[in-house]
Amino acid sequence: MILALVLFAVWSGWRVFVVDSMVRASFSLLASFVAVGGAGVLMSASYIGVATVFMMAVEMMVMAIFMVAFMMNPAGLNPMSMVHQNRLSMAAGALAFLGLSAAVLTADLPDRPVPPETRVVFDLGLELLGPSMLIFETAGVTLLATMVGAVVLSSQQGRFGSADEGSRPPGLTENGEPAGRVPDESGGHHMHHGGHGDHGGDVDGASDHGQGHDHGGHHHGHAAKGDPS
Amino acid sequence: MTLTIVLLGASALIGIGLYGALSQQSFVMLMMGLELMLNGALLAIMGFWSQGIGGPPEAQLLAIIVMAVMAVEMAIGFALVVAVYRKRQADVTESLGTLKG
Repeated sequence: MILALVLFAVWSGWRVFVVDSMVRASFSLLASFVAVGGAGVLMSASYIGVATVFMMAVEMMVMAIFMVAFMMNPAGLNPMSMVHQNRLSMAAGALAFLGLSAAVLTADLPDRPVPPETRVVFDLGLELLGPSMLIFETAGVTLLATMVGAVVLSSQQGRFGSADEGSRPPGLTENGEPAGRVPDESGGHHMHHGGHGDHGGDVDGASDHGQGHDHGGHHHGHAAKGDPS
Repeated sequence: MTLTIVLLGASALIGIGLYGALSQQSFVMLMMGLELMLNGALLAIMGFWSQGIGGPPEAQLLAIIVMAVMAVEMAIGFALVVAVYRKRQADVTESLGTLKG
C-alpha cells in the first residue's frame, strides 16, 4: 500500500513537468503531495500527513490561480515545452536520484518502527506546546514575517512611491515611450504583454511627475535615503 | 523494507524536482520543482521518523519546519514573481539577465 502511494507520488511528480497545461501540472503536484500525505498517515505520522494534505491543497489552489494569471497556455490547448539546458538538468536530476538511491541501498538502515500502542498525535501535542514550543513559535513568527514580506514585495504602492519607480527610463516626450533599452525585448516567449505604451504608460507618467526625471533609472535609492519618514 | 521503498521514492522525487528547478523557464514551474524537492524531503523525514527511530514526538517537528519552509518559499516566491513582472514584464528566467531593480 505504501509502495503504491510512493509510486503514485513519484509518477504524478513526473507528470508535473510533462503535461501541456499549467493547471494540470499544478494538480498533479497536488496529487503527489496527497500521496505523500497518505503515505505519512500509513506510516503512523497521521498529524503530519493530514496537515500536509490540507496545506498543500490550499497551496496548489493558489498556485493554479497564479498559473492562470501568469502563464501562457494555462488550458493546455497547445503542446507546451518551456525548458532550457534540458540535458544538463536531466543529468543533474538523474545523478541526484542515482546518488541518493545508492546511498539508501548501501547504507545500513535502522529498523525501529513506531510501536503500535504509541499515542502519536497526543504526544506531538504535548511536545508542541511543551518542550518544543520555541520551535513552534519560531515557525509562527517566520510565517508572520513571510506575510509581511509578501505584501511588501507585491504591493503596487510602496512606502517610497510607486513599486516600479525607477525601473523604467522616462520617456523622450511627456508620457511617451520609455527611452533606451526595453527590458522585455530579449524575452522571446509567446505571450504578448500588452505593450509598454498602454500598460506601463500611466504608471510611468505618474512617477515621472512625482520625482524628478534627471536621475533616470537610478533615483529610487536616493529617494529612499533622502526621505526622512 | 518499507524504509527502503520510502527513501527510494523520496530520492526519485528529489531528482525530478531538481530536474524541474534547473530546466523550467517559467518562474512558477521552477517553484514547482522546488516544492517537489521539499516533498521528497518530507517523505524521507516521515519515513525515517516512523521506521528508523521509533517515533519520538520531537522528531516530528522537523517535518513541521519543512512544511513552514514550503509555505514561506511559495509566498515569498510568488511575491517576487509579482514584483519582477511589474518591473520587467518578465515571467521567464531568460528575461532576467540582470539583478538591477
